[in-house]
Amino acid sequence: MKRYLLRKILIYLLTFFIAVTIDWMIPRFMPGDPIRNMLTRVSVSSNATAIQQMYDYYSHLFGLDLPLWQQYLNFWKSLFQGDLGISTYLFPTPVIDVIKRAVPYDIFLLLPAILLSWYAGNKFGAVAARSKRLDNTITPLSYILNATPYMWLGILLSWFFGIILGIFPIAGAYSYSLQPSFSWKFIGSVLHHWFLPFLSLFMVEFGGQAIGMRNMIIYELEADYSHYLGTLGAPQKLIRNYAFRNAILPQVTGLALKLGTIVAGALVTEVVFSYPGIGYLLLAAIQNQDYFLIQGCFLFIIVGVLIANFAIDIIYVLIDPRTRRGMTGETS
Amino acid sequence: MKNLRIHNEILYFALRNKKVQIGLIIILFFVLLALIGPTLTMYQPFEYANPLGPQAPSSKFWMGTTFFGQDVFSQFVNGLRATFIVGLLGGGIGTLLGIVIGFTAGYYGGIVDEILNALTNIVLVIPTMAVLLIIAAYLDVRSVFTECILIGLTSWPWTARAVRAQTFSLRTRDFVDLAKLSGMKSFKIIFSEIAPNMMSYLLLVFILQFGGAILTAATLDFIGLGPTNAISLGLMMQYSVLWGALPFGMWWWFVPPGLAITAIVGALYCTNVGLDEVFNPKLREM
Repeated sequence: MKRYLLRKILIYLLTFFIAVTIDWMIPRFMPGDPIRNMLTRVSVSSNATAIQQMYDYYSHLFGLDLPLWQQYLNFWKSLFQGDLGISTYLFPTPVIDVIKRAVPYDIFLLLPAILLSWYAGNKFGAVAARSKRLDNTITPLSYILNATPYMWLGILLSWFFGIILGIFPIAGAYSYSLQPSFSWKFIGSVLHHWFLPFLSLFMVEFGGQAIGMRNMIIYELEADYSHYLGTLGAPQKLIRNYAFRNAILPQVTGLALKLGTIVAGALVTEVVFSYPGIGYLLLAAIQNQDYFLIQGCFLFIIVGVLIANFAIDIIYVLIDPRTRRGMTGETS
Repeated sequence: MKNLRIHNEILYFALRNKKVQIGLIIILFFVLLALIGPTLTMYQPFEYANPLGPQAPSSKFWMGTTFFGQDVFSQFVNGLRATFIVGLLGGGIGTLLGIVIGFTAGYYGGIVDEILNALTNIVLVIPTMAVLLIIAAYLDVRSVFTECILIGLTSWPWTARAVRAQTFSLRTRDFVDLAKLSGMKSFKIIFSEIAPNMMSYLLLVFILQFGGAILTAATLDFIGLGPTNAISLGLMMQYSVLWGALPFGMWWWFVPPGLAITAIVGALYCTNVGLDEVFNPKLREM
C-alpha cells in the first residue's frame, strides 16, 4: 500500500512540476508579447516614450529583464509565497485573492454534482443492466445526456426554467439585492441560484456514469465466477451484489480520469449562469487579456484536479483490498 | 480473397445493425448539410444581412437572424464544417499519436515502456482543458486548424494506454514470435502482424476520439478561445449567451448549434456501440 501511494505521489509531484513549468514557459516562449498587448489594449497614452517607459517598468516588475534561469527560480519562489502576480483586469487586486473569492463557488458546485451524479449514475446503471425495460429507456437517455455539450444543457435549462417558466434565476450566485449574511433568506437565495447550474452538471455526468456502470455489470455477470455461482444455485441477488462490488472499482478509477472533463464542464456552466466561480472569472480574464489571472486559474485547476485524484487514490486503497496487501490491484 | 470475404461479412452485419444504421444516417445528414448548406444561402456567416436585427425564422432567413442581423443558417452550416474538420483532424491526430505511443510502449517494453507510461500518466492527470486554455490564450490568431492540432496533442493518453495494453497481450503470441524468428523488422511486425488484429478496436477508438474532439472544441470556443477568423457551433453558443439571446428568448440562435453537436456526438456513440456488436459476435442481439 505504501509503495502504491508513494508511486502515485511521485507522479503527482512530477505532474505539478511540469504544470508549473508549462505555466512559466508558455508566456515566455509563445509568439506575441503579453506586455505589449496589455499596453496597446489599455492604450494609456499615445506618447511613444511614455509607452516605452511603462513597458520597461512592467518588464522589470515581472522580472522579464533577468536571465531565464533566474526568472524560473523566481517564479517558483513567488509561487511558494502565494504570489501569482497582480490582476490587470481587477487592478490592483492580487490574482491569488481574486481566485480565493471564486474557489468556494466552484467547490460548492462541483462537489455535490460529482458525488451525487456518481452515486445516482451507478445505482441507475446497475438497475438498467438487469431490466430489459429500463435498459431500453435509461441507456439511450444516458447516451444522449453524455453526448450533450455542458453549456448547451445549461442554456436550455436556463431558458426553460429561468425565462419561460420564470421560477429560477439565470444569473449570479445570490440575489443582487441581498448582502451576504447567515440568514435563512440569504441561504435560500444561494440555493435557489445554485440549483440550475448544479442540475445541468449533474445530468451530463449522470449519463456517463450510468453507461459505465451498466456495461461493467453486464461484463461482470458474464464472468466465470457469476456463472459458477449461478450453477451452484446461489440466489440472483447475491450474484448481482458480487457483480456490483467488482464493477464499482473501475467506476472509481474512471471518475479520476473524468475529473478534467467535469471541471471543464463546470467552467462553461458557470459562464452560462454567470456563476462567479473560476469559469466565469476565466472568461472575463480571456476577454480582457489578463494573462496573470489566466495563469493563476490554470494552476488552480491543476492543483484542484491533482488533489481530487489523490483523494480518489486513497479511497481506492480503502475499497480494494488488493492494493492494501501490496498486490497490484490497479493495472497501470 | 479470404480477406475480402471477411470484410464483406463485417460490412453485411454492420449495415444490418440498427444502431449503426441510425448513427450513420444522422451523421450522413449533417455531413451533407455541411457540404451543401453554404451554397444554399447567399449570406456570409458574419455579414449583417438583416437590417431589422434579431428575427425569428422566416422564409427569407430559414433559421432567423442574430442580435446583429446575421443569418443563423449561414453560421450554422459553416459552423458544421468546422465541427467536422475538428472531429476528423483533431480526433485523427489524437488517435494516431495514441496508437504510435501505445504500440511503441507495448511492443518494446522495458525502459521505453517505463518512460512512455510515465508520460502517459502525467498527461492523463493534467486536465486537458486547462492546458488548451493557457496555450490558446496566448495565441493572437487562432484558426480551426490550430485548434485541431492543440486538441490532438492533448487527447491521446487514454488511447495510448488502451493500445499499449492490447499490444502487451499480442506481442507474446506465437505468430509474433515466428515473425521475430524470421528476422522481420520490429516496425514491420507491429504494422503487419499486430496492428491488423486490432483494426476493429482502432476504428472504435477513432470514433470516440472524433466525438471527444468535437465536445472539447465546443468547450474551448464557448469560453472565448475558439477560432478568431471563422465561425463554429461553440462560438455561436457563446455569442448567443453573451448577447442576451436568453432573456430575449431568441431560441433559434442557441438551439440549433447545441442540438447539432448533441446529435452528431450521440450518433457517433450509437455507431460505436453498434460496431462493437458487429465486431464481437457475443454482443449481438439475435
